[in-house]
Amino acid sequence: MSFDATFQNKRFNSVGTRPLRPDGIDKVTGRARYGADFNMPGQLVARVLRSPHAHARIKGIDTSKAEAVKGVKAIVTAADMPDLTDGDEALFAILDNCMAREKAMYDGHAVAAVAAIDESSAKAALKLIKVDYEVLPHVVDVDAAMMADAPVLNDTIFTQGVEPAPSKPSNVANRSEFGHGDVDAGFAKADIIVERSYKTEQAHQGYIEPHACVASCNADGTADLWVCTQGHFVYRQNCADLLGLEASKLRVTSSEIGGGFGGKTHVWAEPVALALSRKAGRPVKLIMSREEVFRASGPTSATSIDVKIGATKDGKITAAEATLRYTSGPYPDMWAELGAMTAFAPYDLENVKTVGFEVVVNRPKVAAYRAPSAPMAAFAAESAVDELAKEIGMDPVDFRIANVAKEGTRSSYGPVYGPIGIGPTLDAAKAHPHMSAPLGPNQGRGMACGFWFNFGGQTCTDLNISADGTVTIAVGTVDVGGSRASLSLIVAEELGIEYSDVKAVIADTSTLGYNDMTDGSRGTFSTSMATISAARNAIEVMRQRAAIMWDIPLEHIYWEDGHAKAAGSKHGNRAPLSVKDIAAEAGNTGGPIAGHSELVADGAGVSFATHICDIEVDSETGSSRVVRYTVIQDAGKAVHPAYVEGQYQGGAAQGIGWALNEEYIYGDDGRLQNPGFLDYRIPVCSDLPMIDTQILEIPNPNHPYGVRGVGETSIVPPLAAIANAVSNAVGLRMSHIPLSPPRILAALNAAKT
Amino acid sequence: MVEVKLWAGLRPLADNQSVATVEASNIREMLRKLEERYPGLATPFRGQVAVAVDGVIYRDDWSKELPEGAEVMLIKRLAGG
Repeated sequence: MSFDATFQNKRFNSVGTRPLRPDGIDKVTGRARYGADFNMPGQLVARVLRSPHAHARIKGIDTSKAEAVKGVKAIVTAADMPDLTDGDEALFAILDNCMAREKAMYDGHAVAAVAAIDESSAKAALKLIKVDYEVLPHVVDVDAAMMADAPVLNDTIFTQGVEPAPSKPSNVANRSEFGHGDVDAGFAKADIIVERSYKTEQAHQGYIEPHACVASCNADGTADLWVCTQGHFVYRQNCADLLGLEASKLRVTSSEIGGGFGGKTHVWAEPVALALSRKAGRPVKLIMSREEVFRASGPTSATSIDVKIGATKDGKITAAEATLRYTSGPYPDMWAELGAMTAFAPYDLENVKTVGFEVVVNRPKVAAYRAPSAPMAAFAAESAVDELAKEIGMDPVDFRIANVAKEGTRSSYGPVYGPIGIGPTLDAAKAHPHMSAPLGPNQGRGMACGFWFNFGGQTCTDLNISADGTVTIAVGTVDVGGSRASLSLIVAEELGIEYSDVKAVIADTSTLGYNDMTDGSRGTFSTSMATISAARNAIEVMRQRAAIMWDIPLEHIYWEDGHAKAAGSKHGNRAPLSVKDIAAEAGNTGGPIAGHSELVADGAGVSFATHICDIEVDSETGSSRVVRYTVIQDAGKAVHPAYVEGQYQGGAAQGIGWALNEEYIYGDDGRLQNPGFLDYRIPVCSDLPMIDTQILEIPNPNHPYGVRGVGETSIVPPLAAIANAVSNAVGLRMSHIPLSPPRILAALNAAKT
Repeated sequence: MVEVKLWAGLRPLADNQSVATVEASNIREMLRKLEERYPGLATPFRGQVAVAVDGVIYRDDWSKELPEGAEVMLIKRLAGG
């Protein structure tokens, strides 16, 4: 990478301020265009037929009657989407998930789709498609799926990572192991050992905007896709690969996004819309209903986790061990592995071992959800840490501080840490007034730590300076959390202009180089790096233009405080040239002024947070209420602090919902019982207190401004913080998320008997 | 010389070695030499690996220099939300 990303300890003028968000007015007035807001002349309406069975062989599909329905223009099944994945298992999983091939693997799995001139025609056609199913035994529970007598979903899955290799297929796709030291020897040194099993239920990202797109395939092999996504370049590649299109001939434009949180990181219905459009020869609009989103787009894993931790009486952990079982839906992935990597990451452990088991079940294909897999692992590990602190008689913050990871610690997932921020978040928690505030009746306090890997990735930015000196930046990372505001601040900072003179837009895939998705907390981290680089390239152009304007050598010109200045006494009388001055003369000094940058942003650095929670429990009903919540997290440098606070609060709110209420509930028939927001309860504003935040700024050495990603880590501690708070409130250790009123009440009643 | 630690899933593709020593000045050279020695690593090296260098994870920047004595580990390329 030619760009020097080393941290430079500079004084900021724009970065760190809180200007109004550029997309705010459009969003609150309804002018913002989301996925479902695009329309094309002659577009058709698509509807998807989904399996009512959790597991069934598809013996045949008869679409003849549906095709005869007036207004129906195209029907597609898996036969219209041949397997072009060439042995790429991850891509095949996406294809099979978009349209079931030999078997329907879960309730809601797509089996056919219709495009018609209107919704009623499409719905009428769906009812006339006859699917001949052979219903098969199913399994949805992670522990049940691992039993020897469980129905096997895929007889080509033989557990990887075990010796000797198994001779029979099973639902356990992979075993992974991390750690170091000797846990048995460590436990032998322990005075006290806590050992407990935990479960977490499947939760959905719960983005407010369902998946939506308009696809238009042309006869010449070109195509357009307007879509709600976290990564339109990745969607372009997914669709091109699955449908045999040339990537450069498929133009994908991302809409505003009403939340993604990992759930919009690969395609779900978009290839189906394109396949319908290709067959019909007309544009096709496909919008998933909320029920379809729940049944057939990626939730997070359900888990079953065993934890064992031992410590000496003076508070030193001697060994920690966890076995983590994660569902991945019907297709193998790496969710358990991520859980195994993250479970004990906050701690300096001499002896640690984690084992992950990836388990396929008849549930929807799991997708990333904000720091994927880490919240469940942290729930189990941090619950056990809290219980151990209590057994020893130590304050939970002090116990964590006594065992905290620091620079030089070998992490539980392998590498030795460089400079990290978990210690400062714990110190801040210890000093925070929240920790010492009095509790009311029936209230409990809990705290917990969380860890996540952030990452960067391929990134590209165009910066164009208009003749009036205002600036447009075109970026390829979808703005899911305020990056247009933070990137505009960065342009203002680099060029020395006003924030209001910068307009940031998300370019489509035909007008900018490839960009990875907005995931891994990388949006502002990566794109700010490319934007700084592009701005500095533009400054070089402006220096050259100033040299032409003044007719003096380039090396006599330097850039300072947003102006080209002439160096030395020879040129001392020249008034500095502003961006506007230089831009006004661009037409006669060489043409348009632009800066461009393409780079790989790496070195994001790992991220830690500590959360504190007070909760009140009604022992008669099991109902609980969060009365106070504090998030402490390192941002490296908060470019737009209000947005950083928003990320902290949003992650906490989602974690609270997951901890207290959110849960996929399946019937004995393997069908999802609560695919709607009435029965799948996410928190709304009135459910939550104002979530306090404390931003720590420990500069990231691998970013010019010290920026770290902040999007994901804040969802990691809440499950454990809530569970610890509830456990302290009721005097019972709660080990099954969500801690819904029935579950709390059942625990209270069981304790009475 | 760089000592490269392999995650468990890679070891069967590398003669069951958990650590491999190669002469390499950056990540690209290290991966190329490992692949030359263990051709089975070619598949995971196409988009499935990341490299931790002194605790910092690199997913794409294969030009990253490997300082003398650096701790280098191959880990799986991670998913994010």
